[in-house]
Amino acid sequence: MKKVGNQTIMFDNSISILETASIVGPKESNGPLAKYFDKCLEDEFWGEDSWEKAESKIIKETVNLSITKSNLSADAIDYCFAGDLLNQCISSSFGLRDLPIPFFGIFGACSTFVEALSLGSVFIDGGAATNIICAASSHFCSAEKQFRFPLELGNQRPPTSQWTVTGSGSAVISTNGNGPFITSITTGQIIDMGIKDANNMGAAMAPAFVNTLVSHFKDTGRAPNYYDGIFSGDLGCIGKEISVEMALAEGYDIKNNYNDCGVLIFDKEKQDTHSGGSGCACLRNSIFRLFI
Amino acid sequence: MEKKITTQQEYQNYVNKKSPNSPILKNCINSFCVGGLICTIGQFIFEYCKYKGFNDDISGTVVSISLIFLSALLTALNIFNKIGKFAGAGSLIPITGFANSIVSPAMEYKSEGYVMGVGAKMFTVAGPVLVFGISAAVLVGIVYLIFNPQTITLV
Repeated sequence: MKKVGNQTIMFDNSISILETASIVGPKESNGPLAKYFDKCLEDEFWGEDSWEKAESKIIKETVNLSITKSNLSADAIDYCFAGDLLNQCISSSFGLRDLPIPFFGIFGACSTFVEALSLGSVFIDGGAATNIICAASSHFCSAEKQFRFPLELGNQRPPTSQWTVTGSGSAVISTNGNGPFITSITTGQIIDMGIKDANNMGAAMAPAFVNTLVSHFKDTGRAPNYYDGIFSGDLGCIGKEISVEMALAEGYDIKNNYNDCGVLIFDKEKQDTHSGGSGCACLRNSIFRLFI
Repeated sequence: MEKKITTQQEYQNYVNKKSPNSPILKNCINSFCVGGLICTIGQFIFEYCKYKGFNDDISGTVVSISLIFLSALLTALNIFNKIGKFAGAGSLIPITGFANSIVSPAMEYKSEGYVMGVGAKMFTVAGPVLVFGISAAVLVGIVYLIFNPQTITLV
């Protein structure tokens, strides 16, 4: 592998996404992408007595499912990179404690899943691993409890707010397999444009997304139309709009092949999610061709 | 957007223009109606108590207790948050909102135990209201005493 430009790594070997799995909560199950998920839950608890335990169970089952689907035994997997939104990454560390796989707990909030894939790819290309499992989870109720208000509190959500996705996604990446392949990664910088409104996360994150995207194009010398699809994690409707306009101002037209997973996962009109989905699990539900 | 945004202030202005505002008129009408309804229910209870022969003080207390109970009950039944979503300040400002802001964290944190969960976290939402409400009352009391020193009596 070698570094290209300022913040991109190009891989020498083919790193294939061998199998993926996803389990989602009830609201996502009623969304437009429902038929693509492996399992749709009927309630937020899944037989557990707290949301945190439910989230742990979701990530555990998702990881097990992706291992089963890839026809590998757990011993054949060298490392696990996983994370979630909660303090000390409790969902993933408790959920995956029975897994006999060395574990890296990571926190990247909305970017956790891509962070896991990036690190995993570097491990594989460096020759330290053959198979790696990457996973991330989030849960609407546990996230609201930790970061916002109790669910029963009678408050109003502004139109810019987003809805944390309940669910988990995981992927087994491997030196074997027939693709899709991860060929390069571009790691973004922290861009703070001073948005202080906690209910407008899309606007807060969009500049970082555009910065990363532009860096990727500059580093690789590619243009937006090189890709069949460019996806961001959870910018929501407002963040998506801002991203398209900001990228255009930078000289890159991404209007035709760009979409945001937070926009795709819910039906904005029917499901009352305001600006769209957010959270670690959000990104997993679409294929991220940006890196492929 | 024609040119590149470089400063935080430019971006803030741009985002303000991009972000949809809350539907203020609709929210105001909803909250006026629901808030008015809650107060009417309170007045109805008040008049009923007076009719039964209670004095004003006791009737007022009965109104508070009844509304707090109703609000707590509706919170527990997962109904109050729906009313609150519709009515906003209409259900938040009356005493019903205060009851809701204490019952909802109590429910939320029950899974962390009765002492460190319910007991410790019950006031996470209402706490600031209590702290500043009581502080303001003390301040007003001191100011009142300064201008009315004759009210100080040594029992």
